[in-house]
Amino acid sequence: MTVAPTTELSRLLREDFDGVLDAWFATQKREGVRRPDLFSDRESRRQLSDLLRAFAEALNRIDISEPVDIDADVWSELRLALSEITLVRTERGVAPWEMTAFMLALKQPVFEKLSENLSGTPDTLLAVASDFGRVVDAFAMHINEYFIAERDEIIERQRAEMMELSTPVVQLWERVLTIPLIGTLDSMRAQEVMENLLNSIVEHSAEVVIVDITGVRVVDTQVAQHLLRTAAAVRLMGAEAIISGISPKIAQTMVELGVDVGEVTTRPSIRAALAEAFRRVGFQISRIDDTRV
Amino acid sequence: MTPVSEAASIYSVDKVLLVAIRDNITDTDIINLQEDLSERIVNEAARGVVIDIAALEIVDTFVGRILAQLSSISRLLAAETYIVGMRPAVAMTLVELGMDLPGSKTALSLSHALRSLKAKGLA
Repeated sequence: MTVAPTTELSRLLREDFDGVLDAWFATQKREGVRRPDLFSDRESRRQLSDLLRAFAEALNRIDISEPVDIDADVWSELRLALSEITLVRTERGVAPWEMTAFMLALKQPVFEKLSENLSGTPDTLLAVASDFGRVVDAFAMHINEYFIAERDEIIERQRAEMMELSTPVVQLWERVLTIPLIGTLDSMRAQEVMENLLNSIVEHSAEVVIVDITGVRVVDTQVAQHLLRTAAAVRLMGAEAIISGISPKIAQTMVELGVDVGEVTTRPSIRAALAEAFRRVGFQISRIDDTRV
Repeated sequence: MTPVSEAASIYSVDKVLLVAIRDNITDTDIINLQEDLSERIVNEAARGVVIDIAALEIVDTFVGRILAQLSSISRLLAAETYIVGMRPAVAMTLVELGMDLPGSKTALSLSHALRSLKAKGLA
């Protein structure tokens, strides 16, 4: 008599739930992914039993010989349990590979128990084992995906924060603004920089803006293009742009790349740029007394 | 007196012609403006032209080209031309379109442009 793999697994979990749980726990210990330094025995066991129970629950409503669609409704509880456990464990510093091993450690004990139960019917044993293997693999993949999604979210958030922090327009003097650029200047940031700068020009009625690239790590043709476009937009608004912080090395690179700045004013340092800006808006800096030299 | 329905008006102050372009300007309007402006520069012997585009919210390549042309025509007729009041979004669009009006002078506002013209004795 052949029994469907789902029924067989379901029966195993119903009749020997604690046995499977203990064996899973033991395998994790043996493989070194149990992390007793981070989780008490009780907490770990609760996590495992949550997962197993959600799994047993889903087995009542699904046929595991079918392809596993982890995003289907029937797995919703298991997904929730997996996400929660992954979150708790990663927050305490469990590595991604450990989390995967944590899940995969369920395979071996279940295989062993199945082969005891089904020693008389090797065909059924093989079917159950292979189906079960697929399901556990799907869980492990889900954990990985969860990891990547979490990480992407963090990266996205940090990117947004960096974007906000990294384009501050500062008023240096009446009608003189500066925007110190730091890091890398990709298209998205260049757009942000330009928008911020142009809006600030309107806000402050600025006539001169100093775009300082001292902190820009690499100046290639694309970055140069972004800078020149910003300068062009500034000019269209009726203000003048000075690009400062052009180191000797950057100057050489720009010429080698064939970048032509046209009529855009450039200065090696922000100090030189500021002096030029003062000159254009009609101010000058003078020493108040000669004795302090 | 310029009719209200027109999308651009030309005012004469001292020797400077002020052109105010409204947002709903059509392609026909702008071509008429080009003719009117050239006529008036010559008739009134204007030495300065200020084109205020503060009301302009949307530009395309056509408007961009006409703006560049207006400046070139005025310059040929010996009137120094300033384009003033450009909005940030318009400036970004023009740069994006590759039309950064290389031959035109720009200023933040009408008063900035008038100040520059006065400094040169043109107003």
